Amino acid sequence: MGRITLDKVTKAFGEVEVIPPLDLTIDDGEFVVFVGPSGCGKSTLLRLIAGLEDVSSGEIRIDKQPATHLPPAKRGLAMVFQSYALYPHMSVRKNIAFPMKMAGIPEAEQNRKIEDAARVLNLTDYLDRRPGQLSGGQRQRVAIGRAIVREPAAFLFDEPLSNLDAALRVGMRLEISELHERLKTTMIYVTHDQVEAMTMADKIVVLQKGVIEQVGSPLELYNAPRNIFVAGFIGSPKMNLIEGAEAAKHDAHTIGIRPEHLAASKDAGEWKGTVTVSEHLGSDTYLHVTETGLADTMTVRVGGEFGVKHGDTVFLTPDATKIHRFDAQGLRIG
Amino acid sequence: MARAVTTQRKAINTLIAWIVGLLIFFPILWIFILSFHSEGDAIKSPLEVITSTWTFESYATVQERSNYFRHFWNSVVISVGSTVLGLIIAVPSAWAMAFVPGKRTKDVLMWMLSTKMLPPVGVLLPIYLICQNLGLLDTRIALVFILMMINLPIIIWMLYTYFREIPGEILEAARMDGASLREEVIYVLLPMAVPGIASTLLLNIILAWNEAFWTLTLTAAKAAPLTAFIASYSSPEGLFYAKLSAASIMAIAPILIMGWFSQKQLVRGLTFGAVK
Repeated sequence: MGRITLDKVTKAFGEVEVIPPLDLTIDDGEFVVFVGPSGCGKSTLLRLIAGLEDVSSGEIRIDKQPATHLPPAKRGLAMVFQSYALYPHMSVRKNIAFPMKMAGIPEAEQNRKIEDAARVLNLTDYLDRRPGQLSGGQRQRVAIGRAIVREPAAFLFDEPLSNLDAALRVGMRLEISELHERLKTTMIYVTHDQVEAMTMADKIVVLQKGVIEQVGSPLELYNAPRNIFVAGFIGSPKMNLIEGAEAAKHDAHTIGIRPEHLAASKDAGEWKGTVTVSEHLGSDTYLHVTETGLADTMTVRVGGEFGVKHGDTVFLTPDATKIHRFDAQGLRIG
Repeated sequence: MARAVTTQRKAINTLIAWIVGLLIFFPILWIFILSFHSEGDAIKSPLEVITSTWTFESYATVQERSNYFRHFWNSVVISVGSTVLGLIIAVPSAWAMAFVPGKRTKDVLMWMLSTKMLPPVGVLLPIYLICQNLGLLDTRIALVFILMMINLPIIIWMLYTYFREIPGEILEAARMDGASLREEVIYVLLPMAVPGIASTLLLNIILAWNEAFWTLTLTAAKAAPLTAFIASYSSPEGLFYAKLSAASIMAIAPILIMGWFSQKQLVRGLTFGAVK
């Protein structure tokens, strides 16, 4: 069981309040991703749940038990760190065994669990190596192995993939998702990468300056962002935001339209602009369009190849059903 | 591009380095040579000294007149004892300063270091009186404590520097893995800091072994280490060069040999933070 509740939790470092009062419930078995720009307090929030930082006020409950003042070791949580944080002087086997050794689990059982974890994580051949002799991806798997064997109430991941190269990151992302499918244990995952958030999460928590901007499933956040911040943060490339006369036509202060919801044409369309950069990926073409009179740069995603180059004139037409409207405070209308 | 160093230039540099090295080493070499001559020969001109007969006479006299092994044992107890005691106190101190620094941690470190700048003679009287009143004059325990306290700032500074190199996340991982503070220190921190601890240990044993001011003033016979043993062979008159040299060689030999075998470790430890 791993239901985690945060009740009016705050955190201040000296005079600086990094987390204003915050409420959040994470249900048992959920894969929750904390996402936000750097410095938004997502790692701090995770460390508060882990017990590595003390809360300034408020209460944390794990499985309905008060955990606010429990030391990290007593919370039944396992954490995977960005730097892997393996014990460099111990073999992989001893690294994975360490939490069980601390818990006083008999050696026979320890070995069985190590073998199981190693099989699941493809580490069987590396058990007697030191972390220094492993690649980044293998180290990360050892860190995950060390977390699994404890059978924790929840896993906490603190930007676990940001030290890996792009290809490996995609692979590990899948492995962690599969692991969640198999174990059905609560996972809390911190990242600044919205692609990771979108692909892995059951529930995304978007944070800015310690404040929760929105909580919801990836598609809820994509389809109905609650405010301009979430609208701009979720989705890649970023949503185009348009103010002024064009927005007023829709009774809004600002309207937002995603790059994939703009149709491009060389001949005719609602808005006219000039291509500054066109990125041809084969599968898609990204156009950066200026001089539209709408926003500094409009980004457009066109499926397949679209043959334009720098300086060409292009016409854009938004999908009227996919326009997001925001008021002067930046909150969603309708 | 790598710097081009001509062979000729390299040879000249090597020669200069050897000359400087020999100049620095010469006094020790000369003491070594003198120790193998009779008192009469030892005061002759350098050339005559070398050509005169070599003998173990001085060593024999020194061994006869004083109990070398008692002094040696006192040196071992005092230097190792003070270093180990210092480490026991310094590990938790350095842990606290490296991993949970407060606002004043830097100030405390600077203040500790500043105590090393105080001339020892400035506190001679109070320390002497304290030892006297506690009945600790000429005891090893007094020297263990005093040398421990004198070297403590260095021990803490060195350990602090090594501990700072250890990523805090690894200790946090240990905490998440269920390790208590004691287990975290024993199973994770100390093994990772072994090179640093070893060089701290070695350096402080050497410092304590060579310490002369306190060992000479606070001991008479019972607790006198090798420094006092050397000093007992220097006298205002009479012939004592050869015996003094023999005593000196006997006193510095153990630490020299230890230093020789551990120099790699020492250098590695001392440059721990600088070169990664």
